[in-house]
Amino acid sequence: MAKVLMKGNEAVGAAAIKAGCKYFFGYPITPQNEIPEYMSRELPKIGGVFLQAESEIAAINMVYGASGAGARVMTSSSSPGIALKQEGISYIAGAELPCVIVNMMRGGPGLGGIQPSQADYFQATRGGGNGDYRHIVYAPSSIQETVDIMMESFDVAEMYRIPVMVLGDGMIGQMMEAVEFHEPKKRELQEKTWATDGTKGKRKPNIINSLFLDPQECENHNIRLEEKHKIISEKEVRYEAEGIEDADVVCVAYGTTSRIVKNAIVECKKEGIKVGIIRPITLWPFPMEIFDKINKNAKGVLTVEMSMGQMIDDVKIAVNGRFPVHFVGRSGGMVPTPANVIDSIKNIAGGVK
Amino acid sequence: MTVVYKKSEGLTDLQLHYCPGCTHGIIHKLVAEVMVELGVLGDAIGVAPVGCSVLAYNYLNCDMHEAAHGRAPAVATGVKRVRPENVVFTYQGDGDLASIGTAEVVHAAHRGEKITTIFVNNAIYGMTGGQMAPTTLIGQKATTAPYGRDEAHCGKPLKISEMIATIDGAKFVERVSVHNPANIRKAKKAIKKAFECQLKGEGFALVEVLSTCPTNWGKTPIDALKWLEENMIPYYPLKNFRNFGEVK
Repeated sequence: MAKVLMKGNEAVGAAAIKAGCKYFFGYPITPQNEIPEYMSRELPKIGGVFLQAESEIAAINMVYGASGAGARVMTSSSSPGIALKQEGISYIAGAELPCVIVNMMRGGPGLGGIQPSQADYFQATRGGGNGDYRHIVYAPSSIQETVDIMMESFDVAEMYRIPVMVLGDGMIGQMMEAVEFHEPKKRELQEKTWATDGTKGKRKPNIINSLFLDPQECENHNIRLEEKHKIISEKEVRYEAEGIEDADVVCVAYGTTSRIVKNAIVECKKEGIKVGIIRPITLWPFPMEIFDKINKNAKGVLTVEMSMGQMIDDVKIAVNGRFPVHFVGRSGGMVPTPANVIDSIKNIAGGVK
Repeated sequence: MTVVYKKSEGLTDLQLHYCPGCTHGIIHKLVAEVMVELGVLGDAIGVAPVGCSVLAYNYLNCDMHEAAHGRAPAVATGVKRVRPENVVFTYQGDGDLASIGTAEVVHAAHRGEKITTIFVNNAIYGMTGGQMAPTTLIGQKATTAPYGRDEAHCGKPLKISEMIATIDGAKFVERVSVHNPANIRKAKKAIKKAFECQLKGEGFALVEVLSTCPTNWGKTPIDALKWLEENMIPYYPLKNFRNFGEVK
């Protein structure tokens, strides 16, 4: 298939439909409005349903209902809207239902701003909802990668019966790039024997639920969930790493920020500084083990984010005291420049010509 | 031996957890009997609330979802949009529907979602221990209204049926009570109509059922039934507000 030029948000919608998503429930919020607009135009053409909910809270609960009834379903929003969805995400994770949630992050806290941001790292990876739950978080850095991840996310969600979040930002949502749509690798998916479609008098009722009043049963449920989280942590970690084994400085960045870092690295190389990059593609599970491959004589690790410093906590856990961990970040919708990053790399490398 | 009465197959064999004298059990039975009589039990997908009837998913013998507090109509919307051929209903109390879930029920009605909502109004938060609800009567004592509900402080009780009946997407709205056998029969008829409203594809249907809470009202089961009749019905009149679009 030939490449087509698409805006990030529209590409999200197109990829979801190609992945078999027939149901979308959402609520308008900038900068992701092209996703619900695209879905409202395209889903009726394939016999699917787009519904604009009365709130983000209602939208995520419609997702909970639709997913429990066995559908491939998604919602999308941006930071404050995702905050409102956290209750529902916790219930969906608790009831072990699959769904895909897209967050095109904007500045915060509160109403914040509408420009690109990565300040929802904590919200996405730690969860704003209650309880011992996790969900997969993908952080694509191009429209092509967004499309590839969207197409795979529905399968991943169904394979593990877990919510999958695709974490972009205003930049990913709004920019245009050429994309191709490829079938993701085939995964073994079980039949949804747990879905509610009416007993027809032929089986026991299916119950979609996250309530366990007996504390021992609730703990057993959490132990089961944790076993699933461990399997995901072993099998689904994804990252890109380059030049880290002989690097003086290793940068860590995801999504839009990783593109800026890559430009900075090219400039530093011209000046003879060896700079590597680790780009987490899954933020949860976080690619901890690749940090073991960093050059033992590296002078430091530089975390670059569009936030005041959130992923840096995971970077510090992964580095485990072996190197100093530095930070460059812009927040509130401001985007770091390659110059910001180059200056920091040079400072860490120290005394480089 | 002739069987003159048996438990509806719309109910499971589990023992209900409700307090002595609570009328949830009667209302569960009516919903179960209606589904069996309409032949839709095998097609039914119910959504249970948070509150006393949180465990309704264990008692009703059909596929069920347990929703977050107040969100049942949104969950039911998701189910019904995916499975329009199934019969989808919510069963919610007054804390769930009339307080935290007002947005969800209003907009389900406004979209004309083809779902049936059974709204059980006992004028109090039961499960959490007798706190004031939006439906608590003026002067009625609750654990968070120890001096009795004061209109100047927190307004008058919310009349949900009257409110929902102003919405065009709501095609059947009726308030009933289960404080005596005659009213239980009327309640069953209304619940049946509310399911038929969905089966005919008319739109949203809501039945408000006035119910007792002897435990949190501090009354015996019999006194609670009497209190409902003498205090709730004058404020919450039993009537049909919308009959398949016809506004009363």
